[in-house]
Amino acid sequence: MTPTAKAFLLHGGLVLALVAGHFILPEYHQGNLARIMALAVYAMGYNVLFGYSGLLSLGHAMFFSAGMYGMGLSVQHLGFGAGPAFVCGILAGVVLATAVGVLALRTTGVAFMIVTLMFSQAVFLTILYFTPWTRGDEGFVIQPVDRMLFGIDLSDATYRYFAALVLFAIVMLATSRLIQAPFGRVLIAIRENEERTRMLGYDVYRHKLGAVILSGTISAVSGAAYGLLFGYVGASFASVQYSILPLLWVLLGGAGTIVGPFLGTLFMFYLIDLTSSITTAYMLLAGAALVLLTLFAPEGLAGSFRRRLAPWLP
Amino acid sequence: MTTNDKKDLLATRRDILKGAAAGAGALAATSALPGFVRYAQAQSSEPIKIGFQVHRTGIGAAYGRWYDRVTTAAAKLINDGGGINGRPVEIIAEDDGTDPKRGAEVVEKFASQHKCDIAYGTLFSHVVMGSAPRAGELKIPYFVVSEGHHVASGALNRYTLQPGICDVKSQVKSMAPFVTQNLGKKVTMIFPDYAFGHDHRDFFSAAVEANGGQIIEKIAIPPTETSFTRYFPKIPRETEVIYHVMVGPAVLTFVKEMGEFYGPNKPQIFGFIDSLEAVDLNSPGLEFLDGTYFWEGMPRYAQADQTPYDKFYRDHVGVDGNGASTADAKDVSTYAHMFGCWETLFVIKAGMEAAGYQGTGDRTKLIEAVEAMTDMAQSNEHPQGAKRFNGKTHQVFGPQYISKVEGGKLVVQHQTSIEDGLYDDEVDYTTQAL
Amino acid sequence: MDFGPYLFLASLEGAVTAAVLALTAAGLSLVFGIMRVVNVAHGEFFMLGAVIAWWVASLAGGHPAVGFVLALVIAPLIVAAIAALADFLVLKRVQYDPERTIVATIGLLYIIQQTVLMTYGPEARPVEAPFNHRIYFPWFGYSTYKFFVIGAAIALLLGLWLVMTRTRLGIVLRATQLDRETALAFAIPVERVYALTFGLGAGLAALGAVLVVPIQQAHYLMGGDPLLLSFIVVIIGGLGSLAGTVVAAVLIGMSDGIISVFFSPTLAKIIATLAVALVLVFRPQGLFGKAAR
Repeated sequence: MTPTAKAFLLHGGLVLALVAGHFILPEYHQGNLARIMALAVYAMGYNVLFGYSGLLSLGHAMFFSAGMYGMGLSVQHLGFGAGPAFVCGILAGVVLATAVGVLALRTTGVAFMIVTLMFSQAVFLTILYFTPWTRGDEGFVIQPVDRMLFGIDLSDATYRYFAALVLFAIVMLATSRLIQAPFGRVLIAIRENEERTRMLGYDVYRHKLGAVILSGTISAVSGAAYGLLFGYVGASFASVQYSILPLLWVLLGGAGTIVGPFLGTLFMFYLIDLTSSITTAYMLLAGAALVLLTLFAPEGLAGSFRRRLAPWLP
Repeated sequence: MTTNDKKDLLATRRDILKGAAAGAGALAATSALPGFVRYAQAQSSEPIKIGFQVHRTGIGAAYGRWYDRVTTAAAKLINDGGGINGRPVEIIAEDDGTDPKRGAEVVEKFASQHKCDIAYGTLFSHVVMGSAPRAGELKIPYFVVSEGHHVASGALNRYTLQPGICDVKSQVKSMAPFVTQNLGKKVTMIFPDYAFGHDHRDFFSAAVEANGGQIIEKIAIPPTETSFTRYFPKIPRETEVIYHVMVGPAVLTFVKEMGEFYGPNKPQIFGFIDSLEAVDLNSPGLEFLDGTYFWEGMPRYAQADQTPYDKFYRDHVGVDGNGASTADAKDVSTYAHMFGCWETLFVIKAGMEAAGYQGTGDRTKLIEAVEAMTDMAQSNEHPQGAKRFNGKTHQVFGPQYISKVEGGKLVVQHQTSIEDGLYDDEVDYTTQAL
Repeated sequence: MDFGPYLFLASLEGAVTAAVLALTAAGLSLVFGIMRVVNVAHGEFFMLGAVIAWWVASLAGGHPAVGFVLALVIAPLIVAAIAALADFLVLKRVQYDPERTIVATIGLLYIIQQTVLMTYGPEARPVEAPFNHRIYFPWFGYSTYKFFVIGAAIALLLGLWLVMTRTRLGIVLRATQLDRETALAFAIPVERVYALTFGLGAGLAALGAVLVVPIQQAHYLMGGDPLLLSFIVVIIGGLGSLAGTVVAAVLIGMSDGIISVFFSPTLAKIIATLAVALVLVFRPQGLFGKAAR
């Protein structure tokens, strides 16, 4: 079997397993999976930049929240329906990602991390500053009537699950296509050796900018979807913590792999969920798990799998 | 129901239990009490599960610890008195990390994994906002103890109720007349740049202006701030009253720095006790607070005219006359808020009894039973004061206390009435489908 | 308040911020410069310093100054020991790989934070200042302790500078920073130098925290802000440049204070944040760094 066929089987199998999950799993875990799939989209967006282009951003919460607030504010103040609001969220992500990309890409390495962190912090503070419109930290609720998409009630558990699954599948397919397309190949080349890629005649800057925009947009898609699916928009999603989370998910799952972001999100979610019923110090266990993983599985779950068993893994 | 009946209820019931154990003859005598009869005849003693969403970690942790203690104490009292409808109460606590996302997940966990009957106990309003939509979708009654205006504003849904603590709009409205009549007309407000702070700004401004006062400056402090001195020069010189409300771990710094800044020549200062909740009033640097005023949800220091209900509540929770833990005098409670947990649990109990609640199938009956509630007398179940519940807005109203710092203690100067805090309904949740 | 006094007050406040920040950021800068890793747990070492200071002060009793002076010595030592241990147990084993170190130190961050929550609790607790007089300016009162913080930070930074430039230890540290391989070849025990550096960096953060804890309070979540600010300062100052770090700390601390005079507080924060970002965008090597190595 060719690597492409194997990869196709793996991704198709994952989607099928998730479809089956809806019929097999108890209600509680279905709800969790819907969340995990929506957030895995965020992680996949992050992975485009970090895993495939080698740019470490510490400010992706601004893109996630741009999507969330672009969607939420247009529902709240412009009376948009779910569909147009979702588009607004994505557009907000595109605009912000373009602006941030143009500025932040003048820097590299640690400076890039800090610049993205700062921009994200500014976005967070801006949300608080405009509390009369955004309700600041408290946020606001998207009522079920505003969460009807093409006649589908997204506040219903089943529809929510499949909406999250469809979104997840689309983004997974899109990213796995992307890295096989010439554009994605150049991104990987930049990650491996930026100088050499430049000497080969590629416009490194434009490719990196494309990666930032794409990554920011996918993150915004996730943010808008999360707000629609779970009915809440709030400033905590723009805080530093939500910039660090996708980094963790991707690193845990395996940076530069297609299924890694999903695995990392899944792992982290259940790590917290399960340990929180054992001890209140569940973040202590999460912290210990992170340390242990970096010590013993530095390439993440999917990365270790690729190294040991399946070199074909995309 | 008169105050006396209510007060004796718990004691009576416990006495009766003892009697029942002593002899069968006593059983006949208890048949007059419906709650007890169910206990005796209960087919199932499956506990009623109350999912308790608690801030054990994150910025709400200092509050969460005391919410936890009050909840445990109230649940024990309810169980000692025979439980609810003959069934014991089991509190299932889950940490929400004071985070709206985790909060929503915890509500899901209560509803679909723990199979809780209800969810309860959230304080921070952003966690309430994040969790309430899920509670509504999962159709699990969600009793919050948050003092936010979110419930009564109509932003939430029919499954979310706040029957144990007043909201900020009501608190602020009832206190404003005291400020303008006794302290001064020109007020400067200092508040956190949160939705909570903005609620204070908007409602208090309106109330002060309605009472002939004037807000001459509004200073919103960014929530991440850890030092405050540089904001004090923004307070205009002609200020007669400073109104401050801060939350979070930096509150003590805020109050101390205000003292350093002003020294003895300070204007009148009126603070929300949130600025010093869980903080010892005798901490170094707070001496200057002597003679300033605070709003309190419930008086932290046992007053000269302490009600027997307050004493009963203090004894059961384990709080001494200074509002600190009886086990550790340095462990100061969140006294002005945590009574809400106590009162909410007794409202839940009363609601379940009125609805004949048997299981999750009766959740809608429980909502309707609580919506039907109106006046509640001051009692062991309602130690903070008499309450009036508005079934349409799902919000309770009660008295507020204004205290003055005298000799390192808070002494109550004025108690507002329920009527002082009433305002027009902004929503009618009863029109929403269950 | 009139403009002049207001600006004076804001500058004083800015100077206090700058003093504490300079110490904390110097620690991060050392670690960054010598070990080439980003220590995300740096803020937690700061927090640990404050918490241990509270613990020492509450055990010491007597005059507040006794507890404070004890804390000033003990807290940084304990924190440095913990950090050196973390270096030995974790960082060494991931070979100081930049990315893995980030994740590992995020793990450390949670471990430290939660351990403190479980033992010390969620309250914000004050430490009494060793002395606490107020100076009465004509327009406002100001705590003398804050002047002490500024002075102490300057003295400590001078001490650090002397160590780095005038002692054998300083030479060893600088040699390792310049070229790890060559240092190894000259029989410098680089592994031990790394552990020492990590401990020293954390100890500096703890020192900053002990100085600040009589003004603020010890709280288990207090590490977030110093971490962010130190990061900014280190980058603006130019990576690994100690002098640059100190200048940047003064710049950031003062501008944070003074910008707040002109704008509403939250807007001031937004402007200050964007300003930092834009400085980096147009001068990525920092204000005082040399162009990319």
